[in-house]
Amino acid sequence: MMTKTSRISIAALAAAGSMAAPAAQAAWTLNMTPGISAMSRAIYSLHMLMFWWCVGIAVVVFGFMIFSLVRFRKSTGAVADTKMLHNTRVEIVWTLVPVLILISMAVPAARVLVQTEDLAGAKLTIRVTGYQWKWGYEYLDSGVSVLSTLDRDSNHARELGSGIDPNTVPNYLLSVDHPLVVPAGVKVRLLITSQDVIHSWWVPALAIKKDAIPGFINEAWFDIDADKIGTYRGQCAELCGRDHGFMPIVLEVKSKQDFEQWLKSQQETAKQAAPAAG
Amino acid sequence: MANTEHAAAAHDDHDHKPHGFWGRWLTTTNHKDIGTLYLVFSCVMFFLGGSFAMAIRAELFKPGLQFLDPALFNTLTTMHALIMIFGAVMPAFVGLANWLIPMQIGAPDMALPRMNNFSFWILPFAFTLLLATLFVPGGGPAGGWTMYPPLVLQTGSALPLMIFAIHLMGASSIMGSINVIVTIMNLRAPGMTLLRMPLFVWTWLITAYLLIAVMPVLAGAVTMLLTDHFFGTSFFNAAGGGDPVMFQHIFWFFGHPEVYIMILPAFGIVSEIIPTFSRKPLFGYDAMVYATASIAFLSFIVWAHHMFTVGMPLASELFFMLSTMLIAIPTGVKVFNWSTTMWKGSLSFEPPMLWAIAFLFLFSIGGFSGLMLAIAPADFQYQDTYFVVAHFHYVLVPGAVFAIMGAVYYWLPKWTGHMYDMKLAKWHFWLSTIFVNVLFFPQHFLGLAGMPRRIPDYATQFADWNMVSSIGGFGFGLSQLLFPLLIWQCVRGGAKATDRVWEGAHGLEWELPSPAPYHSWTEAPSLAVLEHGAPSHDTHG
Repeated sequence: MMTKTSRISIAALAAAGSMAAPAAQAAWTLNMTPGISAMSRAIYSLHMLMFWWCVGIAVVVFGFMIFSLVRFRKSTGAVADTKMLHNTRVEIVWTLVPVLILISMAVPAARVLVQTEDLAGAKLTIRVTGYQWKWGYEYLDSGVSVLSTLDRDSNHARELGSGIDPNTVPNYLLSVDHPLVVPAGVKVRLLITSQDVIHSWWVPALAIKKDAIPGFINEAWFDIDADKIGTYRGQCAELCGRDHGFMPIVLEVKSKQDFEQWLKSQQETAKQAAPAAG
Repeated sequence: MANTEHAAAAHDDHDHKPHGFWGRWLTTTNHKDIGTLYLVFSCVMFFLGGSFAMAIRAELFKPGLQFLDPALFNTLTTMHALIMIFGAVMPAFVGLANWLIPMQIGAPDMALPRMNNFSFWILPFAFTLLLATLFVPGGGPAGGWTMYPPLVLQTGSALPLMIFAIHLMGASSIMGSINVIVTIMNLRAPGMTLLRMPLFVWTWLITAYLLIAVMPVLAGAVTMLLTDHFFGTSFFNAAGGGDPVMFQHIFWFFGHPEVYIMILPAFGIVSEIIPTFSRKPLFGYDAMVYATASIAFLSFIVWAHHMFTVGMPLASELFFMLSTMLIAIPTGVKVFNWSTTMWKGSLSFEPPMLWAIAFLFLFSIGGFSGLMLAIAPADFQYQDTYFVVAHFHYVLVPGAVFAIMGAVYYWLPKWTGHMYDMKLAKWHFWLSTIFVNVLFFPQHFLGLAGMPRRIPDYATQFADWNMVSSIGGFGFGLSQLLFPLLIWQCVRGGAKATDRVWEGAHGLEWELPSPAPYHSWTEAPSLAVLEHGAPSHDTHG
């Protein structure tokens, strides 16, 4: 039943979904993206499960209230039943029924939660470091590292009184100079930390939001569907100072082969740059 | 009863009101005067905090930065929260407690009147300190009202001022709570057992215990920030062996009960208003009391649901997810009881009832999003987005603030002796209710679409709903100007209010003349006075 209703809403929101479309999301978006991995879809279904439960409960409870508001008006001659003080049977029912509903929510939620913590079998590890106000990415086994900052166009346009219309800037505030490049179809582990204050690394399409905390390392993982090649965008989610709104995250998902190639070329560049720098 | 009225009338001329403006208001120990001071203070802060919100919504009206530097934007969001929580909502409830608890339990005044005066007069100093931060080097606090280190330690000269202001607010709250507890425990009229107290008194009693339990925790947390910044300690500094996440645990151990401190008295108010205008006693009085107590207990064991993304162990995440979901049970009991109170009632829709009904619907919407937020994996998507902003504004604005508005419209004739302009009051209600939804409902969509909170500028796909939300914000803000206008008119004059004011009103405060005399219940009333007129809790049990 849930999947059917969720599918209807997906259809309704198809225009909004950033599913495989690398372009900016459409306007008037109403709902969360189902994302690009099995995990993000599991979280999306949990969200929809909760949403439809809430809608169902609202229909019953609000319906009951609205009925009373219409039916028992003094102006239409309603007389109060002042002897109605409590009713143990009814009260037990409306305590126990919510317990059962909550259990039916808690079981799938706990199952998904356990999966989010299951880091076994990750093939690639990337360290994510938050700085005021940019992100650093290091591919731990290959020595490649990338510093990712807000792109030049957005950075000009966002100045107070810049006179530049944000609508003319492609992916305003959501594009960077060097994106995080990751392979599709590979389980990737992220080690997330910070060099200064607390940040939070959030990519809605992955359903990952994890705080970057100085002195501590948090873990997260994702395994993007092999066919979801494209660009996905996110932002820092924890207030981290003046330019908190201006440190986006851009995820470039490549096929496994393309990713290997990219990594190799990065290693070459790093090697060539190293002696020059030394 | 007649005797009391006569006595009160005879005493009108020499009720020992202090003379002169300053003599009266600065040194007063009268619970009604202090209640008025709290309410006026709260109203001023509501408009000040509201004006900051207007500036925020103006900046967010369209993408790009038009008016505010990002640092100033962060200061405004931080100050908006601190002012609304500690300056508007909490003092409003303390003001209502001062006015109503003695009248409702048949006490002549609060038990500790001088401390009552002190706890109010601390507040203007606390907020002077807090607002002074806007003018010091480095600007006002801009790390959010949650004050997470290490970010908050980057604050300039504002940091110690903010911390001392919070210490003062905490001291004021603790004294106010002690007063409420001592009054309720000692000064009830003979025969008013705990389970015969009006629900407003019950919810305030529980709130007062919550305040005493958690305000010192907040004071401790901010003191640790102070020593970390100025005295070389490393409570929250990983490089010195500390832990920045520990601050969040301590803060939310205060912060979650704080959320209920701002909603339990609202529950009490709604539990007073709905029976009056349903002309029917509250359904399930005992269950309401136990549900309130359960919510208060649960509030101490759910704090880390504000921190699902900090990287807690799996067991902790499971525990806090499940404990948070439990809150839905007592909250559901309350909503069902209010709804059933209206069932088979004889409903009329005077302004207080309108606010209470809006509370029922809109607070429930905040409750639904709260239940969604409890689901930890889904919370990974909601945390720190506009979905959360929508959630807590639904429970705080059409929740707490609407209940406060309802309370003022309910008891104002008792306080002033005049009826207010019903037509204007209904305009205020309908404009507020429509605009509050235009303001906050679209923020759910923004959050789900991926807009983080606390950002001064946003990507263009968020433009449409932000514009709608801002229009709702301006409309809501402007509508509130009717409120002080209406109160001013009511204080100045208007149709004479009867003693009972509302046909279905029931409780000791309605047995007093309108306006309530400066000194009321100088002799403890007999609860027998409640047996005539409207139905009561007394018939129960």
